[in-house]
Amino acid sequence: MKILVAIKRVVDHNVRIRVRPDGTGVETSGVRLSMNPFCKHAVEAAVQLSEAGHGDEVVVVSIGPKTANDVILTALAMGAHRGILIETDAALETLAIAKLLAKVVAEENPDIVLLGKQAVDDDSNHVGQMLAALTNRPQATFASEIKVVGQGVEVTREVDSGRETLSLPLPAIVTADLRLNTPRNAALPMVMKARSKPLAARPAAEFGVDLAPRLVVEKISPPPERVAGKTVDSVAELAAFIAADVSNMEAL
Amino acid sequence: MSVLVLADHDRGALSPATARVVGAVSELGPVDVLVVADDPSAIAQSASTLSGVAKVLTAKGSSLADGLETLLSTLTVRYHYVVASAGSVGKDVMPRLAAKLDLMPVTDIIAIRGPNSFDRPIYAGNAIQTVTDNQLRHVLTIRASAFRPAASGNAAPIEALDNPVASAANLIATHRTESDTPDLATAQIVVGGGVALGSAENFQLIEKLAKKLGAAIGATRAAVDAGYAPNDWQVGQTGKIIAPDLYIAIGISGALQHLAGIQGAKKIVAINTDPEAPLVKLADVALIGDLFEIIPQLIAELDRLGLKR
Ligand SMILES: Cc1cc2nc3c(=O)[nH]c(=O)nc-3n(C[C@H](O)[C@H](O)[C@H](O)COP(=O)(O)OP(=O)(O)OC[C@H]3O[C@@H](n4cnc5c(N)ncnc54)[C@H](O)[C@@H]3O)c2cc1C
Ligand SMILES: Nc1ncnc2c1ncn2[C@@H]1O[C@H](COP(=O)(O)O)[C@@H](O)[C@H]1O
Repeated sequence: MKILVAIKRVVDHNVRIRVRPDGTGVETSGVRLSMNPFCKHAVEAAVQLSEAGHGDEVVVVSIGPKTANDVILTALAMGAHRGILIETDAALETLAIAKLLAKVVAEENPDIVLLGKQAVDDDSNHVGQMLAALTNRPQATFASEIKVVGQGVEVTREVDSGRETLSLPLPAIVTADLRLNTPRNAALPMVMKARSKPLAARPAAEFGVDLAPRLVVEKISPPPERVAGKTVDSVAELAAFIAADVSNMEAL
Repeated sequence: MSVLVLADHDRGALSPATARVVGAVSELGPVDVLVVADDPSAIAQSASTLSGVAKVLTAKGSSLADGLETLLSTLTVRYHYVVASAGSVGKDVMPRLAAKLDLMPVTDIIAIRGPNSFDRPIYAGNAIQTVTDNQLRHVLTIRASAFRPAASGNAAPIEALDNPVASAANLIATHRTESDTPDLATAQIVVGGGVALGSAENFQLIEKLAKKLGAAIGATRAAVDAGYAPNDWQVGQTGKIIAPDLYIAIGISGALQHLAGIQGAKKIVAINTDPEAPLVKLADVALIGDLFEIIPQLIAELDRLGLKR
């Protein structure tokens, strides 16, 4: 079985971002970038499936500038076998990303494609679902457990009402939630070894996909600021505040 | 400009999110609501009472993404907007539908500025993106908590479609959290607990206070990961987004991924031993101290004040 994992390089989730005062975007220069946390869980899931004898090959793909190489190397150090960088300096919309990934799926024909459920920069939560549509495959998004059962997979998903388990025929698309597993930190020898694993870089233009954006981003603004509050000294004061607030609430 | 809204439902009842989605989009045009369920009739009945609804369509089947995509893509030709709430079904199906139609969706909308201008949060809500969507059709998801519900009192006609909804996937088990607390995403008061509660038993303190206030219960990811609370109580960037009138955060530090879920809260109360915790700094009112001492006292004090909900 072959597993393809799509990984994105994003502003590190610990960075407190700053909106540029001119409204053109978020300051990303001089900011730490790393693999999107959800993608780490997707890579870990693929490597675990492979270690359990279900995946002969784990291929990772990232779309981005040349520097996105470093997240591919991280995935290779975690145990993926081969990497593909689809190079572009443009900030692509999720639809364009999904179309590029669909081309890779057509070339590689993986049994399972794993993605993160969302990228923590754009917070879109689109690409896995879009890729499933474009490749006409069934999907299980927001996975917290993946089991290979017979010729298919059983995936437990985190949903609004709790969890649910789906059984899907392969090939299928699965997106990873954070409780899926605990991603490993690659040991130094694995990091060294990653450098000798195959990594192909190909320009995005080579895929013949229309990458033009569909939406116009008019501006990026900071969220409204909250006014600073106060500290009270006793439970009685706190209770009085809560009781007053509750009695002022308009009944729904 | 006609609008199709995919209804959210749970256990045979219309979810409160749908009234808010209808409320949000009814200014865009007449709204038809689509109910897809094994037994859609009672849900459709509730949807038909929402003001702004022109017609309710029903179809029998499950809410899995590939099946909904097929049904919605045949219906879409009749509409300018196809909309769902940004809940787990809307997130699952709408991007899939959009890609099938070769459209770029606009998701998690928190403000509608005009017929094709929308605000959506990025970077865990630390920035707001304003986008113009000039495509011929619009595939949207709405953050229900950011909008007021449509009024009721309507009696829109209900029409059954004969399209069966089928999926290549099979639902083989559901694991739901049994609780009689209000819907977290649309609750007026939420009491949230963090990993400081220390155990599932101790988390019942949060549940007790919530019950007292008629509030929904929230939790941090750390508390869910530790097994103190079920996953559907998680509030934040990757959990539920809430916008209550009052949020009471207990033993919660206020990591930016948690704050992403509570930006819409009107008032925030924090109870924490650490006066430097980000949530304490952000709260309208904070009490510094040990939650295990404070919560029982607070419940007693609210009783003394005769608070009833
Ligand atoms: C990609 C990603 C997504 C994430 N998504 C989410 C999300 O959706 N939601 C979410 O919540 N988190 C999310 N997280 C996790 C987040 O970063 C924090 O780790 C988490 O919110 C911390 O939870 P906490 O406040 O319960 O724990 P802590 O940060 O450990 O805080 C515990 C707090 O309790 C206080 N305390 C301790 N003892 C007591 C006591 N006896 N009485 C009173 N106060 C006490 C402490 O002072 C401290 O402030 C995400 C992380 C990542 C990387
Ligand atoms: N530029 C990219 N390169 C590779 N994978 C991506 C890229 N953008 C998004 N993805 C994948 O799609 C998932 C969801 O991203 P998004 O829909 O942007 O929130 C991510 O977790 C990745 O697995």
